[in-house]
Amino acid sequence: MPEKFDAIVVGAGPAGIACAYELAKAGVNVLLLERGEYPGSKNVMGGVLYRQMMEEIIPGFHKGAPVERPIVEQRFMMMDKTSAVTFSYKGLEWAEEPYNNFTVLRAKFDQWFAQKAVDQGALLVCETVALECLIEGGKVVGVRTDRPDGDLHADVVVLADGVNSLLAKSLGFHKEFRPDEVALATMEILKLDGKTIEDRFNLEAGQGCTIELFGDATKGILGTGFLYTNKDTLSIGVGTLLSGLIKHKIKPYELLEYVKTHPMIRPYLQGAEPQEYLAHLIPEGGYRSMPKVVGDGVLVVGDAAQLVNAIHREGSNMAMTSGRLAAQTIVAAKARGDYSEASLDSYRQKLMDSFVGQDLKKYKDATHHFDKFPQYFEEYIPMMNRAASTMLTVDGASKREKQKKIWRDIGPAKRKFKIARDLYRAWKVMK
Amino acid sequence: MLHIVACIKQVPDTKIIKMNPKTNTMDRASAPAILNPYDSHAVEEAVRLKARYGGFVSVLTMGPPPAVKAIKKCIEIGADEGYMITDRAFAGADTLATSYALTKALEKIAAIRPVDLIICGKMTIDGDTGQVGPGIARRLDIPPLTSVCKVVEINRERGYAVVHRKLEDGHEVIRSTLPCLLSVEKEINEVPYSSMPNMLRAARYQPHIWSVNDLPDIDRAQLGLKGSPTIVSAVWAPPKPQGGKLLEGAPSEQVNQLLDVLLERRELLEVGRS
Repeated sequence: MPEKFDAIVVGAGPAGIACAYELAKAGVNVLLLERGEYPGSKNVMGGVLYRQMMEEIIPGFHKGAPVERPIVEQRFMMMDKTSAVTFSYKGLEWAEEPYNNFTVLRAKFDQWFAQKAVDQGALLVCETVALECLIEGGKVVGVRTDRPDGDLHADVVVLADGVNSLLAKSLGFHKEFRPDEVALATMEILKLDGKTIEDRFNLEAGQGCTIELFGDATKGILGTGFLYTNKDTLSIGVGTLLSGLIKHKIKPYELLEYVKTHPMIRPYLQGAEPQEYLAHLIPEGGYRSMPKVVGDGVLVVGDAAQLVNAIHREGSNMAMTSGRLAAQTIVAAKARGDYSEASLDSYRQKLMDSFVGQDLKKYKDATHHFDKFPQYFEEYIPMMNRAASTMLTVDGASKREKQKKIWRDIGPAKRKFKIARDLYRAWKVMK
Repeated sequence: MLHIVACIKQVPDTKIIKMNPKTNTMDRASAPAILNPYDSHAVEEAVRLKARYGGFVSVLTMGPPPAVKAIKKCIEIGADEGYMITDRAFAGADTLATSYALTKALEKIAAIRPVDLIICGKMTIDGDTGQVGPGIARRLDIPPLTSVCKVVEINRERGYAVVHRKLEDGHEVIRSTLPCLLSVEKEINEVPYSSMPNMLRAARYQPHIWSVNDLPDIDRAQLGLKGSPTIVSAVWAPPKPQGGKLLEGAPSEQVNQLLDVLLERRELLEVGRS
């Protein structure tokens, strides 16, 4: 007789762990399944953890958690081949309580977070793959794992199995994602002495900085690069829509190598030694790609539900919030003894009312727009660089002449009109 | 009831561990801690014998608190109970002091449930000595059977065991009295993917944890660094192989070149012939 739990959570990432944590805390008998050797062993992100959403689960978490550095500065580099226009915000209010966000290394952080869920009473089983949902009378009643005697029963199953969610797919909640709905991110963790990092990135001891890279970092393909500071490592990576890699016939690791050796980036990485190489898919289809997230006896959270805001590089926070909201819904459903789709539907409502749903709606057309009109990254960023160079190079030409030159450089009236239209469109999809 | 105790150790995964280039010692933080691979075969064999004859499988380890994870791994394989001795006093032990501490713990386990058979892995992958098993057997005054690659029979009623020992030129079939201690080769069995009920049991399982004070009649002078006469005077990395020659050209040319080299230097063909 297979064992029966109140809830089974499939996947120990931010969404799954948050859900299991909240469930266990509320006294729900929950099993957390993870396919990796330990939670975090297969999980990848650039490395920014948002404090607020984590704090809503474990108040004051950063005092015990393995966080790397609180971020005090966020830079945005619009890169051309041998130049970059950089915007930045640095604020020392981010250097103290309550902090804004932290860099983390997921292999460490997820392990810690999962242990917190275990401490609350969740049962964690690793190195186990959930192959399919068990269905009886149209209702999900458990999961089949790849282990001998591997069937497990539960009142409700939470699918937190990540971007490719095979389980949600097998339930018919979504189709195979298209190459323009997922990004492929590759990254490296490079070892560099902490003091050197602080000197190189203009930081006080213990503080951190993030740099987002646009334009030539991805050779103009829709996507971004990033360079984040950890305690004594740097995380450098690049993520682009799969469709872009296919179209430009570029291999992801070639793109990463390109960024690492880019003259705007290379000096930051001087002397840093590669420690780890990671790659992962990111769901970037946004609102329009969201699968069905509630069924009879089943909920979908995190990446599995495509909860990523690609424009603001947010995902783990949305994952945690979705996990927390799913847990709240399950606790209420348990009290009612009703795990039907109608009973669990309040999860979907809560999710769409939260910042998760609101932000996904706000940017619902953004990725598709920039994918459809590649000129933003391919043309306008280099143009911005040329304009800055012209304006800031002191060569005896008058400033008015320079303005005229920049204006001429944009092209004939037809083209100026096109740019104005593009800017308006960009504003429309982002507003 | 046949009571088998497997002695196990948590070790750093030496397949991926980095060496400290200055001290030539292992940088233990650079590799995850795993159950010593030989020991997983020891536990698996104990579990198989239990399936054959009925009985009870205990595992015993000495190590720091995180070694609980290695015991849980044994529960996943199918062990019934786990015992861990952990104490600052055990730290820095060589094989002599380790076998002493484990023997004391085994005596305590035997007081709970008499022990018929002790199974150890052939050796640990971090120490590579293979001394602790025989050390325990000597202290308990029971026969140590090393390099065991097959257990033919365990007969508790008549008090004997028949096993195959792996020798350089074949197998030695040996019959021993019980209780005895086996240290096993990897080929003795294959450790299967653990069942879900075992995984759930392991996830919930908490082993018995003993400190020095829980072990009666223990001589503290024989424990830890104090009880370890082994002195490591120097450690060095083996020199990297020098030279080598890359054969080039079409495959058939390369084969001819290789044959020439092999015929010229006949000693290369002698290597590994037994």
